[in-house]
Amino acid sequence: MTAANGTARRPLLETRRLSVDFGGLHALDELDFEVHEGEIVSVIGPNGAGKTTLFNAITATVEASGGDILFEGSSLMGLDPNRVTARGIARTFQNVRLFANMTVLENVMVSQHCRTRQHAFGALLYTPSFRREEAEIRERAETVLSFFGSRLVGYRFDQPAFTLSYANRRRLEIARAMATQPKLILLDEPVAGMNPVESAELTGMIGRLRDEWGFAIVVIEHHMDVVREVSDRVVVLDHGTKIAEGDYAEVSTDPKVIEAYLGQGTDA
Amino acid sequence: MTATLPPETGAAGVPAEPSPAAARPALAQDWRRLVRMGAVGAAAQIFIALSNMPVRLDERVVVKPVLSLGYLTLLIVPFAAGHRVGHQIKREGMAVHAAGAQEVVGGIACGAVAGGGVSLLAVLLANFDLREPLVNWSPILAELLSFGNETWFAVVIWLLIGAAVGAAGGLLRLMGPAARRAVVTMALAVGGAAVLEPLVVDLAEGMRLEALTDRLYARRGGINWSSALGLAAASGVLAVLGRGRIRQARTHIASLEGAKRTRANSGLIVLTGALLIVLPLFAGKLTNELLANVGLFVLLALGLNIVVGLAGILDLGYVAFFAVGSYSAAVLTAATSPRINPELPWLVALIFVVVITGLVGLFIGAPVIRMRGDYLAIVTLGFGEIIRLIFLSDWLSGWFGGSQGITKIPGAGIFGLTDVAGTDPRRVFYLVLAFCAIAIYVSWRLERSRLGRAWMAVREDETVAEAMGINTVNVKLLAFVVGAVLGSFSGAIFSAKVGSVFPNSFLILVSIVILVVVIFGGMGSIVGVIAGSAVLIGVLGGPKQPGLLAEFSEFKLLIYGALLIWMMLARPEGLIPSVRRSRELHQQEMAQDAWLKGQVDDDLDGDDGDGPQAAVAT
Amino acid sequence: MMRRRRTRSGAPRSGVDWFLTFLRVAILTVVAVGILAFIAQEIDTDNPFARWANPDATGLTGAQFRGLVVSGVAQGCMYGLIALGYSMVYGVLGFINFAHGEVFMVGAMTGMITSNKLADAGLWESNFIGSLVLIVIVSMIVCTLTAVIMERVAYRPLRGSPRLIPLITSIGVSFFIQNASIVLLGPAAKSYPDVPDWVKDKHTFMQIEGARILVVVVATVSMLVLWYLVEHTKGGKAMRAVAEDAEIAALMGINVNRTIVKVFAVGGAMAGLAGILWGILFRSVIHSTGFLPGIKAFSAAVVGGIGHLGGAMAGGISIGVAESVGPLLILEPLGVSGVSQLRDAVAFAVLIGVLLLRPAGIFGERLPAEDRT
Repeated sequence: MTAANGTARRPLLETRRLSVDFGGLHALDELDFEVHEGEIVSVIGPNGAGKTTLFNAITATVEASGGDILFEGSSLMGLDPNRVTARGIARTFQNVRLFANMTVLENVMVSQHCRTRQHAFGALLYTPSFRREEAEIRERAETVLSFFGSRLVGYRFDQPAFTLSYANRRRLEIARAMATQPKLILLDEPVAGMNPVESAELTGMIGRLRDEWGFAIVVIEHHMDVVREVSDRVVVLDHGTKIAEGDYAEVSTDPKVIEAYLGQGTDA
Repeated sequence: MTATLPPETGAAGVPAEPSPAAARPALAQDWRRLVRMGAVGAAAQIFIALSNMPVRLDERVVVKPVLSLGYLTLLIVPFAAGHRVGHQIKREGMAVHAAGAQEVVGGIACGAVAGGGVSLLAVLLANFDLREPLVNWSPILAELLSFGNETWFAVVIWLLIGAAVGAAGGLLRLMGPAARRAVVTMALAVGGAAVLEPLVVDLAEGMRLEALTDRLYARRGGINWSSALGLAAASGVLAVLGRGRIRQARTHIASLEGAKRTRANSGLIVLTGALLIVLPLFAGKLTNELLANVGLFVLLALGLNIVVGLAGILDLGYVAFFAVGSYSAAVLTAATSPRINPELPWLVALIFVVVITGLVGLFIGAPVIRMRGDYLAIVTLGFGEIIRLIFLSDWLSGWFGGSQGITKIPGAGIFGLTDVAGTDPRRVFYLVLAFCAIAIYVSWRLERSRLGRAWMAVREDETVAEAMGINTVNVKLLAFVVGAVLGSFSGAIFSAKVGSVFPNSFLILVSIVILVVVIFGGMGSIVGVIAGSAVLIGVLGGPKQPGLLAEFSEFKLLIYGALLIWMMLARPEGLIPSVRRSRELHQQEMAQDAWLKGQVDDDLDGDDGDGPQAAVAT
Repeated sequence: MMRRRRTRSGAPRSGVDWFLTFLRVAILTVVAVGILAFIAQEIDTDNPFARWANPDATGLTGAQFRGLVVSGVAQGCMYGLIALGYSMVYGVLGFINFAHGEVFMVGAMTGMITSNKLADAGLWESNFIGSLVLIVIVSMIVCTLTAVIMERVAYRPLRGSPRLIPLITSIGVSFFIQNASIVLLGPAAKSYPDVPDWVKDKHTFMQIEGARILVVVVATVSMLVLWYLVEHTKGGKAMRAVAEDAEIAALMGINVNRTIVKVFAVGGAMAGLAGILWGILFRSVIHSTGFLPGIKAFSAAVVGGIGHLGGAMAGGISIGVAESVGPLLILEPLGVSGVSQLRDAVAFAVLIGVLLLRPAGIFGERLPAEDRT
């Protein structure tokens, strides 16, 4: 695994004293968190620790009440979600949210929206540049989908997304995130609901996403074997604050972490 | 998983239709359901009778001396009730009974109860006078219901008619698919010939085929008794001979690969286009007027379809753009326009019309676009009404003529070649056709572009669409503006065609009618929207434009309302649905079907891949 | 649908935001300038500020102004009664029952028919209050039935479908009821029988017509009764529970279907009452009577905050006063002529303005669980 803890380099993503309030409840409380280029960071913590809220705050789906989020050195605060995606952060959702009635291919094609330029007039006049770009969009979509082997290719291209199995929906969601051509992908429980074999396969893929495609990745995960397998670094959240950080071995023996989990009665 | 599949699963994984169990005994009826349905039917009959439909439509003869449209309206309900009562709800694993005497008896009983509504009304008509609130409570109605005889005759005859028609409805269940198709085709042929009578006569005159129509139709309207029989026989034979040919052809085209299919489709389009260009040459004023009206609504409906069907924004104030288009064209071209009257040529004015309407679309769209879908609907409705009220007000009457409107608008001059005015419906139709072609092209191209995909995504899940990098506000606004511009085209044509614009041509009900057309045809489906306008506007007529059944004009809005309810309940995807829309509306059922057919992608199935885990799993 | 607050730090981000900010400022400016001009004109008719936009502005006398306010309040009470139906149905089912305005029209029509029959029998003149109670009861029953049948036929089969589907259906229902009224009862406007003088005449008490006092009193009383029913009875608690979360309510043993029917019934009854009040006030009814009051009542429900009973009433009164005072207060001093023609436009503008400035209404909205974040 690449050691990406070099503090000298500017982090790709950095939150500074980030807070999110839900009517008095501090979902995130002055959280400092950073991700470096080419790094895979796992975020773990008991239920309600603020993991998904962190993702929502980064992608501007919820409003931060304080602090700052820096991506490649410039602030993301006040941007619309689509602008954040255009800057290069893509995400998946905990409860898979595909465009269920669009086909597999369309799902991936539509997420290239912010990387493509063609206007309505191009489509109307059927200009060469429009055709070229359509072909590129399609080609890129096919490339991205072929990352998952033959699971999402061929006849599956034209199947509506709701006919997919649960595991394939998760894969398609990752493909959709990849197609936005991000620098950073946020994966929210990517193996939830998968069987051990599929889970192991996807774990390998997360590594390949970094190695072959060069994405930095943040994973929220409950399965500790996955966390151990993929993470360069693990961040533990509880009650919206960071209680531990380090590689898996350090974190898993940290008494505060054990207490946070045991206090919740969750099997870690 | 396979264990839960029904045992009849065939080799291909398709469950075989469970073989029907024996027919039920004739009297094994669900009487409560039967009476309930009959009672609803009876209430419907009384409503239809009191709505004056039978009396008003009595003049329109369907089949010369036996059947008028008026009586037909009283036959539909018992027929439907008689047919419906035999409907079996298919439950998983439950045997379906073969149709038999039970269905017929049920049909008779249910039809009789429904027909009884008319009997009851006849008695009431004879004994009470409710003319005060109910305007159609008249001796004329009583006479029509009793065929000019005593009240007791009306009572008996309507019970009998109800029973007979209900029995016919029940019998329809007994028929095999082939026979049913033949019967339906026969009914459609005769009904169609009767409905299309003015059109057919008009066309036949143009093609010098009066001999044919003279034979088919009686002198004062309606099909001859003998021709009706002949037509029915011929269409029945055709239906039996052509058994499924059309469907075969359709599946054949659908199964064709990319390029071939495109060729087949474009062949069809060229053929239809050629027909539409040639047809008006042989048609008289009536047909062309009708075609022009239909075309105008196709144009409007295509515009609304982009907003509602593609982007999923329910715009109830679409008439605003029609109004703005009409008024700006009128102001720019008419010499009589009160304040500014540049008297531009129509085509030049059109450019300004497009720009103005586009700006109005932006202006209306920007504040509403972030609202929740249903609030947006009401607010656009408000805007539609505000625009009309502003055109109507004294405040701006110096500009738009207030309630007097703008009159004497010149026709649309095209490069000095020709002048399209309402006096020549054929030219209007060609103009409309050209713009429809543009609108179709625009809808078709945009749907298959980056923008169209973004609309789809926004319709499906706005939050996710935004998280995937789509600027939802801009994308939706663009749909609004494109819709507005298409609406302005028909507005500009409308003012040139009619020659005058009044605020009251742009009531909210125009919006609703366009919405009904789009929904009836099929949201998001270009062919559907065209078919919807052809059927509704062509047959029933638009808000102010007469259709083929001109006698219906009093009732068409009532029928539009009923149709809208019925479509949403029974077939929300419309007449000719877009594949995607029906997926959205029937997602669960389709997923179940796919699962039953074994098409579902479960994970065992997914392992046909190259992953090493496939070996591990097996 | 996830809804974010848009008040994040930072400047407006897109052209649309700029436009919206501009619109908000413009609305507030127009209202403020209009009111200031009105005040200036009241102080001194030759005031240059008053003369600036509209040299012909005459201003209002105190009595005229009060008259406008009172008629606005009375009308607003009716809107409030209708708004209850919108608000309750929206609160429970999350869709706009567009046809609710037609229920109101059915109420007014029923009142017209019954009162004319009573007048024929001579009861209307001899015992006005008794007849009034009778037509109110009949109209409430008819409207309740209409609303319940509507729910059963058109809306129940659609429960759980995408939210625009029942809205479109309700547009169809509205269209159907309006046109059914045309074909059954004829397209002409129909009038109520003459009312006694004490209803028609202005009273010494602040020079208000009896009918308006009657409307305000009846609306207030029925509002209080309804409030008691919803807050303090078992059925009312069931309604609130279903509004909160229908699924959980069902698990708690509440019959959701029956509760929803009750909601429609109560809304229908209130609309029936409002229909009678309309009849007494304007003494004329036509098939399209329900359309505009319906839309305005919906606006009232939004203004007051969907799901609030008191809010519906407050919203109704605000809309009523705004449309009656607004044109003369704001538009006339600005130089708009023929302002009374624009009162409906003003009512719509209030709706749009409120949705722009404060989309959750004055008192905040209470929505079914699924419609919240």
